[in-house]
Amino acid sequence: MSEVQAFESYEAAAYQPDETDRRIIQATQKGLPLCLRPYHAVAEALNLDVEDVMARLKAMTEAGALRRIAALPNHYALGYGANAMTVWDIHDHMSDELGRRVAALDFVSHCYLRPRHPPQWPYNLFAMVHGREESEVREKMAEIADLLHSHLRSHDILLSTGILKKTGMRFT
Amino acid sequence: MTALTQDTVALDAIDRLLVNDLQEGIPVCERPFAQAASRSGIDEDEVVTRIERLLEGGVLTRFGPLYNAERLGGALTLAALSAPEREFETIAETVNGFTEVAHNYRRDHDLNMWFVLAVETPERIAEVLNEIETATGCKVLDFPKIDEYYIGLKFHV
Repeated sequence: MSEVQAFESYEAAAYQPDETDRRIIQATQKGLPLCLRPYHAVAEALNLDVEDVMARLKAMTEAGALRRIAALPNHYALGYGANAMTVWDIHDHMSDELGRRVAALDFVSHCYLRPRHPPQWPYNLFAMVHGREESEVREKMAEIADLLHSHLRSHDILLSTGILKKTGMRFT
Repeated sequence: MTALTQDTVALDAIDRLLVNDLQEGIPVCERPFAQAASRSGIDEDEVVTRIERLLEGGVLTRFGPLYNAERLGGALTLAALSAPEREFETIAETVNGFTEVAHNYRRDHDLNMWFVLAVETPERIAEVLNEIETATGCKVLDFPKIDEYYIGLKFHV
């Protein structure tokens, strides 16, 4: 069995959660209480001061540890039934500029630079594309190909054909 | 396995406003639904009631804080393996059995299983991927992000 190559490029932690932060994260990672004053409800449930709870959420937001407090839509229910991971082998020296341009397209939800695994996997740019049906997703892939044009060596599309698991992050 | 076809849920104009608005986020304050309420022309109680209904109807998968594991000392990676078709279901069960596997998708490619690991310390990534290789007998490719260009809020309805 081969050893999995782990990459050492993970970002350093920007926020060190203490025990109270961890309790807040655990209590809210599946969702916020639905009431007029949800932060008060969290504070009450954890026997904390509401000002402390709000200050910690703000501090985590400033540190990038909390992206936002928001609704996460189910894109299938919204009619976006087709999703594909489009993958591209683009010249390394152009990856920042092209990555930003691909990410700016309104049908691309996520765009990442990731390592290649040649020869099996020559692609370094990953863009998630969403559409109402497969033909729409393929049209959008063609738009990305146009945009990348002369900096593109090869590309592929991996349509999603089933959700095997979807739980999200769990802090223990 | 969850099928990818699902009936589109009927939304009225206010639901649509709310789904778009609430994807952007609510503030941390005493009455965080006040702004969304005034923008959609309803009161805060109705915002809360509608969020509940949108969650129950499956339009929203979650409502709450979206934490960034990497900024909390944890780590994420995307990984893939090529499962022989005959053993696909068994291997999917094995992979899903790891609590560190947050998402797992089937995709139409030789690399037909793509999953996201979320772990509490970066060292755990290699450990868990090796455990998955041992448990499945499949070679696992690791695709940690080198750069991220945008996390979109793009499901406008």
